Amino acid sequence: MTQQQKTILIVDDDIDLLEQIKLQLLPLGYNVLTAESQAQAEQLLDNHHPDLALVDLMMEHTDGGFALCHHIKKKFPNTPVIIVTAVASETGLDFDAATDEERSWVKADALLAKPVRFEQLKKHVEQFLAENHA
Amino acid sequence: MNYLNILVVDDELGMRLGIARSLRDYKIPLPEVETEVAFNVDLAETGEHALEKINANPPDILLLDHKLPGISGLDVLDHLHEPKDRMLTIMITAYASLETAVAAIKNGAYDFLAKPFTPGELKAVIKKAAQGIILAQQARKLAQEKRQVRFQFISVLAHELKAPLAALEGYLDIVQKRSAGDDPAVYNHILDRCSIRLTGMRKMIMDLLDLTHIESGQKQRELSQIDLRDVAQTALETVAPAAQQRHITVNLHADQPVNLLADRGEIEIILNNLLSNAVKYNRDNGSVDLSLTNDQQHVRITVADTGIGMTDEQAARLFNDFVRIKTPQTRNILGSGLGLAIVKKIAYLYQGDVAVTSSPDKGSTFTVTLAKSEKS
Repeated sequence: MTQQQKTILIVDDDIDLLEQIKLQLLPLGYNVLTAESQAQAEQLLDNHHPDLALVDLMMEHTDGGFALCHHIKKKFPNTPVIIVTAVASETGLDFDAATDEERSWVKADALLAKPVRFEQLKKHVEQFLAENHA
Repeated sequence: MNYLNILVVDDELGMRLGIARSLRDYKIPLPEVETEVAFNVDLAETGEHALEKINANPPDILLLDHKLPGISGLDVLDHLHEPKDRMLTIMITAYASLETAVAAIKNGAYDFLAKPFTPGELKAVIKKAAQGIILAQQARKLAQEKRQVRFQFISVLAHELKAPLAALEGYLDIVQKRSAGDDPAVYNHILDRCSIRLTGMRKMIMDLLDLTHIESGQKQRELSQIDLRDVAQTALETVAPAAQQRHITVNLHADQPVNLLADRGEIEIILNNLLSNAVKYNRDNGSVDLSLTNDQQHVRITVADTGIGMTDEQAARLFNDFVRIKTPQTRNILGSGLGLAIVKKIAYLYQGDVAVTSSPDKGSTFTVTLAKSEKS
């Protein structure tokens, strides 16, 4: 990393998935914060300013992820938020964050469906961080 | 209170009204299924009229006179568009004619009633039919619930087996691509996590086998006189590492010998399940108290914890196959959802039962009662 180290917040209640994403982001030179719940994530936000957040939708209360995205955007409007979710396969609900209209209520910049390949995730992360830097 | 609909078909007004009056306030208690049956009575004057009513809304019981001005009662049975298998027909035969009664039964009638009959005879026939209907309803409901439970069992099982597989796949992928960097310690950590998930999966499969063995009754039982305190010692040793890790103290309270003619393996399963739950769902620095008591007829195993507890609604579902109480507090606790179902099934083998009292955030107390057989 030539410039300052970027911090990525990952929030997921599946501790193994959390671990797997973290283990693969660390060698790429990112600083990684992890939270297993909305509450833990909110606590981290008090003392940290992530450059990007990866958030699972289905936690504790089913809308925990939505509420968290909303809070992150409110506090740090420039932090890109990527939702990683199995909501489509588990509930049949279909939505995206691809258009402005969708982004007006889903407070996220992209939405990835579980199971998510790390390469795909990495591509999104790099793209958002590059855009934000430019 | 259950209401059954009766359609009375008779061309004599006096008969229709008489029957309606007899059944209006008639209630049949059915204590074995904890209900009471009463009747809504509808009337029809001709067979044609009756068919219309039946096709629009089939009654539970059809009280059908054979001798009618238009089509006969037997014709009505013939004309029903489809066999109304949930509708019981009671044929009223005018002259106690055996042929009509036999023909009616052949055509699907459930019973017959010979004219003239007293209100008492009418009620006796109706009572028999109502009991048949309610018991059949209960049987259908039970079968339906059983199917539902099976379905839930399989879908949860599939989900629970998929989860550790997904975790293992994820880790294997990282190891294959060496995508977690160069530090060997990281890969050791990955192997540890894989091993934990594999252990969880193996435990679930073992529980599943225990459960199917007990359910099919094929498990070879070896009954002998045992002191539950000995079995408890083994179970305490089994749970000790998990308890120590989270600074949970586990205490055994048993001053007297607690003897029972039992299969040692089964008692171990009960104690292991209750104790491991009491540790898993406890708080750090909490405690678990195992008490063994007995009287002339019963042995009582009580396991009290200081853990997360549960609501009454959650407790009510707890002993069903494959139920796991899903709350934020239990999400990261590995479990098959089978342990308590197994405990309950074993308790049944000893004419016993298992019960729980609990309050959220304070803890739970599980009590298993086992009957001593006459020989012991």
